[in-house]
Amino acid sequence: MTPLLRDRILPPALGLGTLVAALAAVEILIRYGVINGFIVPLPSDVAASFGKVFTQEDIVNRFRLTFLEALAAGNMITVVGVLLGLLLYRVPLLRRATETWVAALASAPTVLLYPLFLVIFGRNASTIIMMGFVAGLPPVILKTVEGLSGTRRVLIDVGRSLKLSATQQFVKILLPAALPTIFVGIRLGLIFTLINVVGVEFLINFGGLGQLISDLAERYELSETYAAICFVILVSVMFFIITERIERWLRPGN
Amino acid sequence: MAATGQLNAAAARAHLVQPVHLLRAAIIVAVLLVWEGLALSGWLYRDVVPRLEVIAVALWSLLVTPEFYVHLWVTVREIVIGLAIGGLCGLVVGLVLGANRLLARAFEGYLYYLGPTPKIIFFPVMIMWFGVGFGSKIAMAALSCFFPIALSTAAGMRQIDKVLIRVGRSFRLDAWQMTTKIYLPAMRAPIINGLRIGLGVALIGALLAETRLSSQGIGFLVIQTYNVFDMPRMYAILIALFVLAIGANAAIAKLGGLSSTRS
Repeated sequence: MTPLLRDRILPPALGLGTLVAALAAVEILIRYGVINGFIVPLPSDVAASFGKVFTQEDIVNRFRLTFLEALAAGNMITVVGVLLGLLLYRVPLLRRATETWVAALASAPTVLLYPLFLVIFGRNASTIIMMGFVAGLPPVILKTVEGLSGTRRVLIDVGRSLKLSATQQFVKILLPAALPTIFVGIRLGLIFTLINVVGVEFLINFGGLGQLISDLAERYELSETYAAICFVILVSVMFFIITERIERWLRPGN
Repeated sequence: MAATGQLNAAAARAHLVQPVHLLRAAIIVAVLLVWEGLALSGWLYRDVVPRLEVIAVALWSLLVTPEFYVHLWVTVREIVIGLAIGGLCGLVVGLVLGANRLLARAFEGYLYYLGPTPKIIFFPVMIMWFGVGFGSKIAMAALSCFFPIALSTAAGMRQIDKVLIRVGRSFRLDAWQMTTKIYLPAMRAPIINGLRIGLGVALIGALLAETRLSSQGIGFLVIQTYNVFDMPRMYAILIALFVLAIGANAAIAKLGGLSSTRS
């Protein structure tokens, strides 16, 4: 077996082939009544439902709404997270006092705050955006502090020898050096934000793609529900891949 | 001896009054004062920001009510069973992918990209498959924790010192002995780390499912307080829940000798 075949062609072919075989097996088992067709729709029906979901369920506008909510929350976590990270970097005592709290917040189930946010902001996009913001903020703060702290001493000394002001030192030295690590935090934050935005849309039955799944499930439109779930998975995966590419591009050496 | 004891006591006192502890105390006091000020100001809707005293009373009455522990037990059971099922599946899949390069290259990408998708969207499917009771919540917890545990185990497997593997092979260990005597002990840190992340997401999966459709559990209690607008009780439940979640995370980290921050 040539290295090209072994390393580049065989693994994806095996993965894709297994997926297709699994779907074909499910199709056959449903047609023969082994799997209940009222619980699991035929994969061919799910594929056919994509067109209906696109044309009748206004998926483009729903996608736009979810995207705008995630974008608003993403902007907020970037600005607030980087500024708070910078503050913790500049005031080491504050960092030592609060860094473990931020880390604890990152591991806390903050999405459970959504009923509280419903009371404060009402059943509207503000609740969804704020939930995305709360979930995505801690990794941006933590990675900003990590990135700024990891700036090589020699770069800071070069800035000092050129008598750069504090702002110039930040813009010309610290920020460019810390950017790859900060982006890792922003990427993690955006992932948590997107998860929470879609999740809260689903839970409060308001907004874009999350609400679409909730609506379809309540109407018991089985194949359309599965198609909508597949669409959300595709959107999440695309989002993940794009942010990963940007992260790789920002990494030193690229 | 006595002098050493005095020195140790002085060192302990100095440790207690470190500036970092003072600052922490100052931040907590400031937050509580701002909260109390907001509660008394009347700027926000009544009860949205209740007085601290009211929240403390609600927390106390929650903790002394047997009903809370009945609901807590329901949620804990769902999470533990879900974590056991999802964790075991994740462990097996992680071991297989970590041990076989071809399978890892063929399937790990799917896990890697499916891991960060919002799992709550699968809840309608879980209801259809497992019903509206326990089953669907356990399934949500299992589905949520499967991905981080599988990925963490696979990554940990690849980081095992090759010498250990060669030692196992030179002793002619079979696959089961290799797993129990070499792989699992050598992968304690990544497995515990995966378990920690898995616990966090299993908790979220089960609790969110309870808030959406359930008649018992902590998630149900939270959404019930929202429906009857009992804000002090909602704050009390959320405080208890956050303390339990962060405590469980720290306990698992301590068990594995890891830092309690999320990696």
